[in-house]
Amino acid sequence: MKQNKIWERLINGLVKENPTFVLMLGMCPTLAVTTSAINGLGMGLTTMVVLALSNMFISLLRKIIPDKVRIPAFIVVIASFVTVVELLLKAFIPFLYDALGLYIPLIVVNCIILGRAEAYASKNGVIPSLFDGIGMGLGFTVALTIIGAVRELLGAGELFGAAVMPKSYVPCSIFVLAPGAFFVLAALTAIQNKVKIAGEKKGRDMSKIQSGCNSDCMNCADSGCSRRFYGEALEEGHLGPKEAASGSISGKEKKNND
Amino acid sequence: MSDLMKVSSNPHIRSKVTTSNIMLAVVIALLPAAGFGIYNFGLDALILILITVVTCVLTEYLYEKGMGKKVTIGDFSAVVTGLLLALNLPPAAPWWIGVIGGVFAILVVKMLFGGLGQNFMNPALGARCFLLISYTSIMCNFECDAYTGPTPLASLKAGESVDILNMVIGKCGGTIGETSMIAIVIGACILLLLGIIDLKISGSYIATFVVFLVLFGGHGINLPFISAHLAGGGLMLGAFFMATDYVTRPITKNGQYLYGIVLGLLTGIFRIFGPSAEGVSYAIILGNLLAPLIEKVTMPKAFGKGGERA
Repeated sequence: MKQNKIWERLINGLVKENPTFVLMLGMCPTLAVTTSAINGLGMGLTTMVVLALSNMFISLLRKIIPDKVRIPAFIVVIASFVTVVELLLKAFIPFLYDALGLYIPLIVVNCIILGRAEAYASKNGVIPSLFDGIGMGLGFTVALTIIGAVRELLGAGELFGAAVMPKSYVPCSIFVLAPGAFFVLAALTAIQNKVKIAGEKKGRDMSKIQSGCNSDCMNCADSGCSRRFYGEALEEGHLGPKEAASGSISGKEKKNND
Repeated sequence: MSDLMKVSSNPHIRSKVTTSNIMLAVVIALLPAAGFGIYNFGLDALILILITVVTCVLTEYLYEKGMGKKVTIGDFSAVVTGLLLALNLPPAAPWWIGVIGGVFAILVVKMLFGGLGQNFMNPALGARCFLLISYTSIMCNFECDAYTGPTPLASLKAGESVDILNMVIGKCGGTIGETSMIAIVIGACILLLLGIIDLKISGSYIATFVVFLVLFGGHGINLPFISAHLAGGGLMLGAFFMATDYVTRPITKNGQYLYGIVLGLLTGIFRIFGPSAEGVSYAIILGNLLAPLIEKVTMPKAFGKGGERA
C-alpha cells in the first residue's frame, strides 16, 4: 500500500500532473532559462531539491502552522531552502550558478513549490509529501530538459554543448531567444495533448490524466483549491449559502458579515 | 415538377468579388515589382520567388489534407503570401530561407490560428521578421552579383548621399521586390483602379511618415532626403500591399486612418531613432497587433444608441 502511494506520487508528478505541460505552472523559469539542455536540467534539479525538502518540512510542520498565517510560514521554509541551495551552487557548480543567475533566488516564488505546499504537503503525511515533491520536481526537470534540448538543437545545433548537427546546418537563432521558448513550449504541449486525445479516442481511460483545473471553469467553485476557501468561509458563517453557491465574495461583504 | 421548385436560401444575387478574384488581382498587381526584381537581380531571384510560392501553397495543401480540412489553396491567398514574402527576401538568400519562411508564414502564422481570415498578423511579414531574427546575417546581406555595398537607406542613415533617380527606378540593392518604386506604384494603381485597396491606410501612412521626417528627420523640409526615404526600403511595398491586407487591418473607417497614422509614426521612429536603417516590417506587424484595439476605440455607434436621454 505504502509502496503504491509513493509510486503513484512519482508518476503523478511526471505524467498526470506534469507541472509544465499539464498544470502550466512555473512558466517564468521554464521560458527564461531553457536556452540549453544543461541549463534546463540544472534549473529542474535545483527546483526539485527545494521542492522535495520544503514539501517534507511543511508536511512535518503542518499541524503546528496556524491556518491563517500558513502562506508566510510556507514562504519562510521555502526561502530557507532556496538560500541553502543557492550557496551550495555558488560554491560547487559556479558555471551553473552563473548561467541561472537571478532565477535561483526566484525559485522562492516559483508557484509549483507554493502550489504543492498548499495543495498537498499541508494536508498529507511526510513520506508521501516528500515523494510528491520529488515526482513534481522530476516532471519539471524532464520538461525543462526537453525544452532546453530542442531549443539548443535548433538554435545552436548542439546538444549538452556537443555539436550534433551536420556542419552545413545554419543555426536558427530565434530558438535561443525569448520567442523560441514560446514556440517550443507550445509545440510540445500540443504534442502532449494530441497523444492524450488520441488515447481517449481509442477508449482508454485517460480521465486521470487531466489538467489542474480541467478547463472547466463552471464547476471550479466546487472543487480543489477554492473549496477550501469557500468551505471555511461557510463554516465560520461569513457567507450565506447563496453567496457560497454563486462563488462571489468581496472584502466589503465579508466585513459587513463580520 | 420537382425540378422547377428549386428553392435556395439567400443571397440570390451574387457579386463577382470573391476571395480568389481579389487575391488573383493582388498577384497580378505584384507582378511588375516581381518582374523588375528578376530583371534587376537575375535568375537567382526568379528561383527564390518560385521556391517560396510553391512552399507556401504546398504547406497549406498538406496541412489541410493532413488535418482533414477543406483544401483552400484555390483562393490564391497562399500565392499572395509566398510572393510577398519572396519580394521581401534578399536576392542572394539561399533556397532554404524561402522554404523555412514559407512554412513558418503558412503553418505557424496562418493555419495554426485558423486559416485565412483568422491570422492575427500578416503571414508574409511575420515570416520575414522570424527570418530576420533567426538568420540576421543572411537576411541583411544585400550584396549580390549586380550590386555590392550597402542599400541606399543604409547609406542615407550613415549620412552619405544617394542617387534618387536610381532608387525610384529601382537600380539599387535591397530585397527582391522593394527596390523599384515605379513598379510598385504601377501595381498599386491597378489595385486602386479595381477598388481592391483605397488610400485611407496607404495615404495616411505615407503622409504621417513624411510629417514625421520633416519634424524629426534632422533635415527639415529637404526634398531629396524625404524622397530618398519614400523611395528606399520597403515603405512603398508595405504601404500598398501589406498594411492594406484585409485580414489584419482594422475594419472601421476612422480606424483605418488611425492605423495608417500609427504605422507612419512607428516606421519613422524605427528608421530615424532605431539602430537599423529599415523598420517597415516591424511597424506593420506591431500595427497588426494593435488593430483589434483600434477597432474597439473607433467602432461607430449603432443608429439610435447614445445621445441625450429624454
